[in-house]
Amino acid sequence: MGVRTWIDSWPVYRQLKGVDPLGRGAAAKSRDSGRLAPRVQTADRVVKSVCPYCAVGCGQNVYVEDGRVTQIEGDPDSPVSRGRLCPKGSASLQLTTGGAREHQVLYRRPHGTEWERLDLATAMDMIADRVIRTRRDGWQWDAGGLRTRRTLGIASLGGATLDNEENYLIKKLFTALGAVQIENQARV
Amino acid sequence: MAECHPVGFQWVMEAKARGAKVIHVDPRFTRTSALADVHVPLRAGTDIAFLGGIVNHVLQHDRYFRDYIVAYTNAPFVLREDFRDTEDLDGVFSGFDPDGRTYDNSSWQYEGLEVQAASGERDQEYGRRVESSRSRSEAARGESHGSGGAVLSAGEPERDETLRHPRCVFQVLKRHYARYTPEMVERVCGVPPDLFRQVCELIAGNSGRDRTTAFAYAVGWTQHTVGVQYIRAAAVLQSLLGNIGRPGGGILALRGHASIQGSTDIPTLFNLLPGYIPMPHAHQDEDLDTFVQAEATRKGYWAEMRSYLVSLLKAYWGPAATAENDFCFDYLPRLTGSHSTYETVTAQIEGRCKGYFLLGENPAVGSANARMQRLGMANLDWLVVRDFSLIESATWWKDGPEIDTGEMRTEDIGTEVFFLPAAAHTEKDGSFTNTQRMLQWHHQAVEPPGDTRSDLWFTYHLGRIIREKLAASTDPMDRPLLDLTWDYPTKGETDEPDAEAVLAEINGYDAHGDPLTSYQQLKDDGSTACGCWIYCGVHADGVNQAARRKPGKEQNWVAAEWGWAWPANRRILYNRASADPDGRPWSERKALVWWDEEKERWTGHDVPDFAPDKPPHHRPPDGATGVAALSGTDAFIMQADGKAWLYVPTGISDGPLPTHYEPQDSPFPNLLHSQQRNPVRQLLPPHPDNRYQPSGHDPGSEVFPYVTTTYRLTEHHTAGGMSRWQPYLAELQPEFFCEVSPELAAQRGLEHTGWATIVSARGVVEARVLVTDRMVPLTVDGRRIHQIGLPYHWGPNGYSTGDAANELTHMALDPNTHIQESKAMACDIRAGRRPRGRNAVDLVLAYRARAGIDDGTGTEI
Repeated sequence: MGVRTWIDSWPVYRQLKGVDPLGRGAAAKSRDSGRLAPRVQTADRVVKSVCPYCAVGCGQNVYVEDGRVTQIEGDPDSPVSRGRLCPKGSASLQLTTGGAREHQVLYRRPHGTEWERLDLATAMDMIADRVIRTRRDGWQWDAGGLRTRRTLGIASLGGATLDNEENYLIKKLFTALGAVQIENQARV
Repeated sequence: MAECHPVGFQWVMEAKARGAKVIHVDPRFTRTSALADVHVPLRAGTDIAFLGGIVNHVLQHDRYFRDYIVAYTNAPFVLREDFRDTEDLDGVFSGFDPDGRTYDNSSWQYEGLEVQAASGERDQEYGRRVESSRSRSEAARGESHGSGGAVLSAGEPERDETLRHPRCVFQVLKRHYARYTPEMVERVCGVPPDLFRQVCELIAGNSGRDRTTAFAYAVGWTQHTVGVQYIRAAAVLQSLLGNIGRPGGGILALRGHASIQGSTDIPTLFNLLPGYIPMPHAHQDEDLDTFVQAEATRKGYWAEMRSYLVSLLKAYWGPAATAENDFCFDYLPRLTGSHSTYETVTAQIEGRCKGYFLLGENPAVGSANARMQRLGMANLDWLVVRDFSLIESATWWKDGPEIDTGEMRTEDIGTEVFFLPAAAHTEKDGSFTNTQRMLQWHHQAVEPPGDTRSDLWFTYHLGRIIREKLAASTDPMDRPLLDLTWDYPTKGETDEPDAEAVLAEINGYDAHGDPLTSYQQLKDDGSTACGCWIYCGVHADGVNQAARRKPGKEQNWVAAEWGWAWPANRRILYNRASADPDGRPWSERKALVWWDEEKERWTGHDVPDFAPDKPPHHRPPDGATGVAALSGTDAFIMQADGKAWLYVPTGISDGPLPTHYEPQDSPFPNLLHSQQRNPVRQLLPPHPDNRYQPSGHDPGSEVFPYVTTTYRLTEHHTAGGMSRWQPYLAELQPEFFCEVSPELAAQRGLEHTGWATIVSARGVVEARVLVTDRMVPLTVDGRRIHQIGLPYHWGPNGYSTGDAANELTHMALDPNTHIQESKAMACDIRAGRRPRGRNAVDLVLAYRARAGIDDGTGTEI
């Protein structure tokens, strides 16, 4: 290491001589931190999104690299949030990519004591059979002489992080099934 | 707001930096209080007394906005002679039926005109409207088909613009709140008169032509047996002050979930169809016309309900819906009373409801009376849980509290459980509607991993499989299913339905399949289809308007080119009221939209919420109906009379004016009336696990001497399904705790960071103790009262764990919304951990015995 480099690496010298008299930026940077690059720098693309927690609707930039989400940050373009995220929104990378997420269908048979694995297509088929049966068992053409055309066998309770499109299909399908006990976190 | 909507709160701080005063009214001192100019701690459950006190102040000191209320509210309307107020009848309104625990609201109507509500309990009017109109429709049989809605009494209501008529709304309001004095506010709420007067003056002084005041609230106002009346009290005040439809004004619901607004607009709610069209109740011989006749308004945009409904039926049933078959109106299942989530729990426990879908919801810890939720689930044939992680609602059969107490054995539980992992917002396309009614599109970034799928995928494919299995059915009960339009394009390796195709159906299309641009294009003859009339325009010109992202910095403060707000991309509702009756802004400082004399059009910064070419001085011809019946000053265009309602003649189950009642469980008597609780609050059928407590002076009420409220923290999200499994968030808030004042801690021997046991008539929980000055003891009616704060995010699963506060809550509901009262209860607290096993059950039983609780306790009218 030459003397020049040695002196230049001394933060106080850089602070006095350089453009950072308060020593809060370039002057304070170590060689290691100087070599750091933002983790989003190598992202292949940035996808525009919205925070899934509360209803403020903060804009999110979702960084994708090699087909994986690598970082989620606030979107500075958003007139709602101006790039900010709260602790929950900032943790949404863990929400979406964290190890606590289940990736497989699980099944508990009646009176069973443990979970079992089940193939997704099989689960869907079994659920469809149960809907058909329970709907029929709970079917009611009329109540007290008044036409009702419904089933009281099936109910649904949804969270309010459902997309509008999801809610639309849920209401449409369940209404066609004749189910009326269709509810949402919005009630709670 | 700083706690639960921190990023939204930046705008409050911007306003404060520009001179705005921030008032925070909350039993607890929070991050919001820390940044507010004034913090007002009050007793949980007394906000109507507090707001009513401000209304009284505004009326007694002539601080209301006279020109605004005469032009835009129903203040001058004269009421019928037979109306009696709670001040006349000691806490109930006229029309009360003590046997049915309901009101007949006919005496609440205006003199000379019966109106229909724009929202709420519209079926209230069914009998009267259909009976009175049946004679007309019989007289004109056949001709009534295809008409634009019910024509009711055509007259105008009697008005007194001097506001002096003894039966005009303004005078009725004045009498109703006359006893809500600062002294009464102090006795009921525990707020000292000086502090209260300061709040009154800050609000009144910041309202009028040049200034506006906004109210922001969240579930601290809705989760009460009088929740709707809380919001109504704010509506009365804001209307009196002229703070509605104007920039910087309003009553802003701070919604806690990404698309909870969307979940009511396009509802997954039992009582609504998309766009707030009511689900039909079962009535004799009801067809499409009688339904519309009963539910629509005579005047305003709700008069077009038939167009909205027929277009929805066309979106659902496509070519099968024809004029000849009433557009498949008969395919809609009918309601008989309430079928809310709490009645559903009762139906599960009674064995009537056997199959249950939980789509991103965790009632085993997140809904009121968590134990009842689990008892319901334990009695099902099958349960489908779709979530990110193994939440308590998926695992209660294995490790729930009842397994620990020995009340249930896993081997005995017959419920079949399917857990299907859900896709994240980054793994699917779709729109959220935020708290300002703005739709924002989130784009898919990556494919969902493993078996994880969107709820769009789940619902679409479930419907597809069921339809395939029933394809050959000739049973008429399967017709609605087989005639359903269900042919959405799919994409990718998982066959994910195209979310934008669903959005296009929500937006609607004409007979040629071209996208509609406005709900005003909707027809009642079947030539248009539209999945949600208020969202019509979100896919105008075939462009996804919700995905618009012109940077905020490149736009003005309205930022109209970011996302899309319903209706018609209007950002402030009823903004005609931001101009005076002549169409000029009330002041330059508060200009938003105004009438341009030269161009003869409404213009301004926002999209005018008014017919663009209707002049301010327009007066409708006699006999006009629907939109044509709105005058140039009927700013509240959805309302049956075009006015903001200081007084609600119809649509609310529990009274035309907000009145203070004590919560279901309260240590205090009602100081305003001998009527203790809301007389028409909704109580579910008695169940041993949903007992109520004695209140006020009743013996046994001293067993539960403390007021309790539940709330959320910045670092967690509702019942924890999206936050207790995140290591960062778990580290920030690692476990359940309760907040108590140093005085209460000394009284009950509670140690900071130690354990406390909290008991109600429903259950017992343990929590870490946070002794803090943030909980301020209050003096209520001369008595020292302590409040206990309980954040409710927890359950036993995940990284951040603890008991669920909802073990303590009960299922007494607001009669309008069927929302539970979890924001004001009474309980006991003692030092130490709670008992385990059977002893936990015995402790609750001992408390019930000590308080003399039986199935009738707290169920008095």
